[in-house]
Amino acid sequence: MSEPCTGSSRHPQPRGAGRLRRARLTAEDAVLGALRWVVIAVAVAVTAGPLLYGISLSLRPFQSVVSEPLNLIPDEITFDSYPTAMAEYGLGGNMWNSLQVALATAALAILFSVLGAYAAVRLRFFGRNAVNVVFLGVYLLPGIVLAVPLFVLLSRIGLTGSLVGLVFVYVAQTVPVALYMLRTYLVAVPSSVEEAAMIDGCGRLALIRRVVLPLALPGVAATALYVFMIAWNEYLFALLFLVADRDRWTVSLGIAQLTEFSVPTTVLMAGSIAITVPVVAGFFLAQRLLVTGLTSGAEKG
Amino acid sequence: MSETERPRSNTVRDPVSDPGGTVETGGPFPTPRKTVRVPGGRRPMTMSRREDLHGRLLVGPTVIVVLLFAVLPFLAVALFAFLDVRLVDIPRLYIDNLVFTSENIAAVWGSPRFWSAATTTVVYAAASSAGAVLVGLAVALALRRPFRGRGLIRALVLVPYVLPVVAAATIWKTLLNPGYGLVNAVGVEWLGWAEPIAFLTTTSRDLGPLEVPVALLCVIAFEVWKTFPLAFLFITARLQVVPGDIEEAAQIDGAGKTRIFRHLLLPELAGVMALLAVLRFLWSFQNFNDIYLLTGGAGGTEVLAVRVYSELVVRANIGTASATGLLMTGMLLVVVAVYAWMIKRERA
Repeated sequence: MSEPCTGSSRHPQPRGAGRLRRARLTAEDAVLGALRWVVIAVAVAVTAGPLLYGISLSLRPFQSVVSEPLNLIPDEITFDSYPTAMAEYGLGGNMWNSLQVALATAALAILFSVLGAYAAVRLRFFGRNAVNVVFLGVYLLPGIVLAVPLFVLLSRIGLTGSLVGLVFVYVAQTVPVALYMLRTYLVAVPSSVEEAAMIDGCGRLALIRRVVLPLALPGVAATALYVFMIAWNEYLFALLFLVADRDRWTVSLGIAQLTEFSVPTTVLMAGSIAITVPVVAGFFLAQRLLVTGLTSGAEKG
Repeated sequence: MSETERPRSNTVRDPVSDPGGTVETGGPFPTPRKTVRVPGGRRPMTMSRREDLHGRLLVGPTVIVVLLFAVLPFLAVALFAFLDVRLVDIPRLYIDNLVFTSENIAAVWGSPRFWSAATTTVVYAAASSAGAVLVGLAVALALRRPFRGRGLIRALVLVPYVLPVVAAATIWKTLLNPGYGLVNAVGVEWLGWAEPIAFLTTTSRDLGPLEVPVALLCVIAFEVWKTFPLAFLFITARLQVVPGDIEEAAQIDGAGKTRIFRHLLLPELAGVMALLAVLRFLWSFQNFNDIYLLTGGAGGTEVLAVRVYSELVVRANIGTASATGLLMTGMLLVVVAVYAWMIKRERA
């Protein structure tokens, strides 16, 4: 890997070229330096822009959005779209459904994956590698392909249209990711502490609950948040399982269904911002932990 | 645990079916103290055997959920693809009255719509994975050196990745709306467009000699926008562990920034970028939400995932939906196999 940088010494430059070369370098630096700020500016505008646009529209009356689409800084601010979206269009109830589903998914996925991740990190057991392969496979299987039989099987046993069925599907979809993330956090817990606890007569489950969990708590919280976000944002399975029963809609499904009708865009924007705020806020709170959990392994590249 | 031991261990009172009886053991596992009472007593489990048992018990719940809600359904897809079964048949579906047929696969394989969707899917997945990795790389390099406010910008760049997909798609649809969307307003007012463009329903548009697939480009742009933060995160993490001393030495030797990038950074980053490109390809290949929400498959954006959905919901045909899904998974497996083979060849 060090081969390319020895290249310059193998082909030494003639002595006079040094000054010329320095001049070219500074020009290159100047161009790249400017380009760097262009990239940063565009990245910020493109990532934050749509969100700000959504917020701006949600605070304006619909007539003014239609008549003056370029007027992004509202002259008159109205919060009317939010209560309209929540009450009149039923997104409030949908949000409650989403909250229940996402909390249940996060709780179950964490319960399962803490046990699994502990076993994967600390214990040697028969079938460990097979389990890892299966989980990786599940992670890569197309959701839409699984959706067909899940729809059929759940209709057959009468679980479509129920939030319980949805929770189990979400748990199966998120447990592999949660396990992967938790593994990173659990590896960081020193095993000497555990050995000491075991010698003192601590059983395995008590060990996980009293020793490992407290030490890895920030990581566990970040993983829970990530699972919550996946369940809160999910759309495909909600669409397939719940579309017939409006009272059970999750909020993602609710907003997507509303776009099919002539609902004022300001109301849609209010709904979109309302479902975004908890997710983005949670993400910013746990950002550092989430990033290390997600990208661990990248260093090995 | 071996077969011969099983009956004997059953004579030990099973703590799981006897809650409260063995609370002092601290867990649902037989303890040596209990086993010595059994006549012909079993020896206490060795450390490694206990580890094996505990490991399996702890992974158990996860394995059961994953088997029931991911592995079993996948096997069911392979079954349904060879059954003559429609949505209305579900209540009468029993194991013993299945009608097998190979017509689903044949019908899907012979359908031009399937192959055009397959082409669209490959183009969509390749373009958006390449786009996401390249944009992620550019942003990661731009944010490499520290400056005031870098932390905030780094966090901001991740916003599209965490945004609920429905919210993101709704905002984009509004942005691109021909009536009051910002993009068309800017185009007509300031850029002198003759008329607003219906971005998400226009299949193609002549732009001089080029025919531009407008709607497809829009869904690709959306996917790049939504997924480049992940590439950015991974590349940034990898950049942080690139050894600094070689780079410094190269700088002192007078190597320019582009040369340092090409000869020092790129070889370091190549592995993670290839991995990201493959992962993003696999995910974009199966993407349903983004395209369905933005265009519903109109304007030349019908991908395989949308076809599976419309076979299932619109045509109510479980058989052809499963057959489409099965063929789609087969294509994914080919990609995975090629990647695995390339990795293996590189290591050898």
